[in-house]
Amino acid sequence: MNAIIVSALLGVLLMFCSWGIKSERLQKNITLIGFLVLIIANLAQLNGWYVIDFDTKGMLSFSRFGLYANTLLFIVTFLYIWINAEEVDQIGHQSGDFYALFFFILCGASILTSFDNLLMLFIGIEMLSIPLYILTGADKKNLLSNEASLKYFLMGSFSTGILLLGIAFIYGATGSFRLQAPQIVPSQGFAIEQYLLSAGLILIFAAMNFKVSAAPFHFWTPDVYDGAPTVFTSFMATIVKSAAFVAFITVFQSQSKALGNSWVLLLSFVIVATLLVGNITAVFQRSVKRMLAYSSIAQAGFMLFALYGVSDFANEGLLLYIVVYSLATIGIFGVLIKMKEYSFEAFHGLGKSHPLLAFLTTVFLMSLAGIPLTGGFFAKYYMLNAIMAAGAGLWLVIVAILFAAISVYYYFKLIQAMYFIPGTPSIKEIDKIYTYKLLAIAVLLLVLGVFPNLLFNYLYF
Amino acid sequence: MFLLSFLLIPIIAAIVLLFIKQDDKVQLVAVGAALLSLFAAIYMLTNATSAFDAAWLPVLNSRFILQADGLSKILVLLTAISFPAIFIATGKNIVANKNVFLSLMLFTQAGLMGVFLAGDALLFYFFWELALIPVYFLCSIWGGEKRIAVTFKFFIYTFLGSLFMLIGIILVYSKTADHNFLIESFKHANLTAAQQAIAFALFFIAFAIKMPIFPLHTWQPDAYEQSPTAVTMVLSAVMVKMGLYGVIRWLLPLFPAAANSHAIMVIDLSVIGLLYASFIAIKQDDVKRLIAYSSIAHIGLMSATLFTNRSIGTQGVLIQLFSHGINVLGLWIIADIIEQQTGTRSMKNLGGLAKKQPTLAILLVAFAFANIALPLTNAFVGEFLMFNSLFQYNPWIAAAAGVSVVLAAIYTLNMVQKVAYGTVSESVNKMSAPNKNAQGVLIVLIVIVFVTGVYPQPLFELTKDTLQQLFVK
Repeated sequence: MNAIIVSALLGVLLMFCSWGIKSERLQKNITLIGFLVLIIANLAQLNGWYVIDFDTKGMLSFSRFGLYANTLLFIVTFLYIWINAEEVDQIGHQSGDFYALFFFILCGASILTSFDNLLMLFIGIEMLSIPLYILTGADKKNLLSNEASLKYFLMGSFSTGILLLGIAFIYGATGSFRLQAPQIVPSQGFAIEQYLLSAGLILIFAAMNFKVSAAPFHFWTPDVYDGAPTVFTSFMATIVKSAAFVAFITVFQSQSKALGNSWVLLLSFVIVATLLVGNITAVFQRSVKRMLAYSSIAQAGFMLFALYGVSDFANEGLLLYIVVYSLATIGIFGVLIKMKEYSFEAFHGLGKSHPLLAFLTTVFLMSLAGIPLTGGFFAKYYMLNAIMAAGAGLWLVIVAILFAAISVYYYFKLIQAMYFIPGTPSIKEIDKIYTYKLLAIAVLLLVLGVFPNLLFNYLYF
Repeated sequence: MFLLSFLLIPIIAAIVLLFIKQDDKVQLVAVGAALLSLFAAIYMLTNATSAFDAAWLPVLNSRFILQADGLSKILVLLTAISFPAIFIATGKNIVANKNVFLSLMLFTQAGLMGVFLAGDALLFYFFWELALIPVYFLCSIWGGEKRIAVTFKFFIYTFLGSLFMLIGIILVYSKTADHNFLIESFKHANLTAAQQAIAFALFFIAFAIKMPIFPLHTWQPDAYEQSPTAVTMVLSAVMVKMGLYGVIRWLLPLFPAAANSHAIMVIDLSVIGLLYASFIAIKQDDVKRLIAYSSIAHIGLMSATLFTNRSIGTQGVLIQLFSHGINVLGLWIIADIIEQQTGTRSMKNLGGLAKKQPTLAILLVAFAFANIALPLTNAFVGEFLMFNSLFQYNPWIAAAAGVSVVLAAIYTLNMVQKVAYGTVSESVNKMSAPNKNAQGVLIVLIVIVFVTGVYPQPLFELTKDTLQQLFVK
C-alpha cells in the first residue's frame, strides 16, 4: 500500500518539478531521493507501518513475497537511474517528465505485485503500459522511435483487450473477480462454466505472454526494443518485464489447476517456442541491440519456468532471476549506450582500448549466459530446479540446456569481438565515474554469483 | 582449513598479478605462488589434513566442502607440480600482457584444485566451469592463427557437456533423501534403474567430452595445436584428468549398476579411440599434433580400464593419472623448446638435435621411453596393471588395446629419430644456447619419472584409501 501511494505521489511531484525546476541535475537528485523514500516506505510496510491503512475489500493483498519483489524492483530502478540519468537528460526537453513516468510505471508495478483481484491486475497492467508507450516514442524526431511507439501502442491495446475479455469470461464462469474464488473442479459443475473459465484463463495467459514478450506473442519486441531510445529499452527489458512476470506468476500459480493437464502442455509449448525463437534468431543478428532484444525473449523463456508449479524454488528463483537478469541487462545496455553504433564491428578492439569496460561487459554477458561465478548461473539453476521439483519431465530441462548452450554462442560472439579481433572501437567519450558505476553492478552480479542466498535472507524473516 | 590454501594462494596471486606491470616481477610472483602451492601439496602428503567444511548456500543445502583422499591428493600433487614447471620452463617465452596471461593461468589452477577437492556436487560443478573459462580466454587471446574458431568449438563442446552434467546433478539431487549435494547422499540417492541410466548418460557426456572419448574428441587436437604451449601443457597434463577424475569420483560410485551395464559400450569406444588416435599419430608431421594424439590414446586406455571395474586396473589408472601428466608435460616442454628455438614444429624440417643440443636430445629420448611405457619408467607400472585388468575383463579387447603399445612405439620412436638424429637440419642449426631453466625443469621431471618407475610404492600407499573405498564394501 505504501509503495502504491508514495510512488503515485512522487510521480505527481516530479511532473510539477519538470515544470517548476529548470535544473536537470536537481530533478535527477529529487528522483533519486524519491526512490530512497519509496524504498523506505515499502520496507516500512514490511515491518507493519502504513502511510494510510484502510480495508481494500479484497482488491489488494500484501504478501511478503510481493512486498519484497517491490523492494527489489525499486532498488534496481534506483541503480538504473543512478547510472543512466545523463542519457535520459539527452532525450527530449524535459527529463522530469520521464522521471514522473518512471514513478507511474512503478506504481503500476507495485499494484501488480499485490493485486488480489483481476480488475486490479488490469489496472496495474495499464498503468505499467501507458507510460511505456510514451517512453518508447520519446525521441520525437526519430522516425524509428515513432514507429516503435505506434506499433507498441496498437499491439499493446489489442493485448489489453484480450486480457479484458479473459477477465470477463472468468467473471462469467465464477461470478467473481477474486483470484481466490472457488475453483471449478472438472468433475462437478456445469460444463459450460468450466469452458468459460478455461477460455478466460487462456486469454489472460496470451495477454500476459504478450507483456513479457514470450513467443508466439513476441513480434513487437525486436522492433520496439530497437526503435525505442536505448536507455528506455534498458528499462523496458528489465524492470517492466520483471513486474509483469511477478503478476504472471501470481495469477497462474493459483489458477493453473483449473486448466488441468493441458496447462503443462500449453506452458511447455510457449516455453519451447520462446526459447527457440529467441535463441535461434539472436544468433543471426548483426546489431547488438537487436541481439539483446532477441536474447531478452530467450531469457523470458527461462523465467517462464517459474510458472510450472507452486514451490519455494519457483518464487525464489524468479526473484533471483529478475534481479540478476535486470542488473546484467542494465549493465550491458549501459555499455551499449556509449557506443556510436550498435553493430558487432563497433566493439572490435574494445578489450585493448578500454580494458575495464570490456571486462565489465564480459561479466554482464557471462551472467546473461548463466556461467558460474556470475549471478546468472544460480538464476538459471533455480529455474531448472523449479521445473524438476514440479515434475515437468526431463526433456524440457534438456531442451532448456541446449538452448542455454546456443545462447553462449551469441553472447560470446560479442566477447570475441571485444577481445580477439583487433580494431578501433567506435565509442563515445566515457568518464571514469560512469565506468565505476557499471563496476558496482558487475560486483553485485559476482557477489550474487557466489552467495545468491544473500537475496533470500530477507524473504522469510 | 589448510585445504583452502590451494584455492587462496593462486587466486590471491592472480589478483595481485593484474596490478603488476614489469614482466620480470610478474614472473617472480607467479612462480612464487606456484611453488608455494607445491610446498602446500607436499605438506599435505606428509601430514594429516582435515576437510574444510562451511555453509555455502543454506537455501539449497549446498556446502562448501573441500576434502582430500588419495585420488584428490595425487591429482593435487600433479597440478601443484605442473604449474611451477610450466611457469619456469616457458618463462622466457615472449608473451604480450604477461601479467594477464599468468593471472589467468593461476585462476585455472585454482579451478582445477577446486575440482579435485570438492566434496559437494554443486561446488564441483562450479569449479568445473571455473577451470574452463580462463582457458577460453588464454587460448583465444594468445593462441595460433585459427585460435578463435578452434577455441570456440572447444568451449561450446565442453560447456554443453558440463550443462548436461548440471542436469544430472539436479536430477540426482532431487532424489536424495534430505536434498543435499554431498557425495555420500548422492551415492544413496533413491534412483530407479531408468533414472540411473539417464543420470549416468548425463554425467558421462560431460566427462567423455573432457577426456575425450571417441567420437567426442574432435575438439582436442585442434585446441592443443592452436593454444599457446603453456596452456596446452595445462590442458593435456592436468585438465584431461578432470574427466577421468570425474569418472572415478562421481560416475562409477554414484551409478554402479548403470556403469556396469554400459561398460562394454564405453570400453569399446575407448579402445576404438585408442587405436584411431594411435594410427593418426603415426601420420602426423607436426610434433604438437603427434603428442596430442598420443595423449588421446593414453587417455583412451585409462578410460577403458576404469570401466572394467577391477581393483587392479583402477590402481593402475590412479598411478597413471600422475605418470601420464609428468610424461606429457616433459614432452610438451621439449616440443616448446624446439619450437621456440627453431621456429618450426614440422618433423620434416627438424633433425640432428643430438649433435646440436645433446642434453635436450637425451631428455627427449628418456621422455619418449616413458611415453611408450618401457620398464623402469613410471608409465610401465600403470600400464602393466591396466592391461592386466583389461585382459581379465576380456582377452580380445586387451589384445586390441595391446596393438596400441606397438603403435605408440612406432610413432614415438619415429619422432625421436626424425627430431634427434640424422643430419643437422637448417632450422636446428639456428638453435641458440640451451634454455637452462627449461632443462632444469626437465631434469627434475625425469628424476620423478625414474624414481616412481623403479619405486612406485609411495604412489600405491597414497591411493590405497581411494581403492578401498571403491572396492571394499
